[in-house]
Amino acid sequence: MKAIPVEAGLILAGTLFMLGLISVLIRRNIIFMLISVEIMLNAAGLAFIVAGARWGQPDGQVMFIFILTMAAAEVSVGLALILQLYHQLQTLDGDAANKMKG
Amino acid sequence: MELTFYVASAIAILSTIMVITRYNMVHALIYLIISFLAIAIVLFVLGAPFIAALEVIIYAGAIVVLIIFVIMMLNLREETVQQERSWLTKDIFIFPAILSAILLAEVIYIITSGEQIMLDQPSIDSSAVGMSLYGPYVIGVELCGILLMSGIVGAYHLGRQKKKIVHRFLEHAEQ
Repeated sequence: MKAIPVEAGLILAGTLFMLGLISVLIRRNIIFMLISVEIMLNAAGLAFIVAGARWGQPDGQVMFIFILTMAAAEVSVGLALILQLYHQLQTLDGDAANKMKG
Repeated sequence: MELTFYVASAIAILSTIMVITRYNMVHALIYLIISFLAIAIVLFVLGAPFIAALEVIIYAGAIVVLIIFVIMMLNLREETVQQERSWLTKDIFIFPAILSAILLAEVIYIITSGEQIMLDQPSIDSSAVGMSLYGPYVIGVELCGILLMSGIVGAYHLGRQKKKIVHRFLEHAEQ
């Protein structure tokens, strides 16, 4: 069994992060922007796991669990905001939400 | 084991590309599930079996299902796909993609310029993670609890809607 180089894992994490970043930049639909943020958070967690595997320490996995918790809290609040936006403006366009009226 | 890693990485990257180029939201989410499952395999190969299980259960199981339920609640129709098609044109796509690809190339150059290190440490099981989580990181666990609590309260507060009066008799009773 040949081992995997650290670089391969880090490049995978970087590529996934870049794909999420591109999607945040090009999309106007806010649900797609939320999905892209999930992809980016997942890529960051993957980088932590690779670093933890490099040193053989559990700290990377602990950080992944924290990122997972944050992603869950973030997606619940974000989806509540999306529902409110859709009920008030009848659209999913992120640019439509530029007037901060309650 | 090495081949598994590379195949799962390729599937993860391809399905993520499919996610960011789809016009239909539900199709994008199905591809996102495939991406998360592939990343779970990568995590398993990297020696984190507990995290691989969490990835499947929480990311692919809970978060994606939550987004699918919200899409079903919004009752989106075919116009949304057409609207997305008009928003996501090639001239919007190309410039951010090139800039991000340049940044990625720089990151890859920096990563690969050092000496090559192999991941040959033994797999870290869940008991080591648990000992670490409730030992030195216990303050982080408590902060996560506070974060989840505020997430629940915030989602409830934001998601609340104005009281709907379903019948005119009830309207009298309310006033």
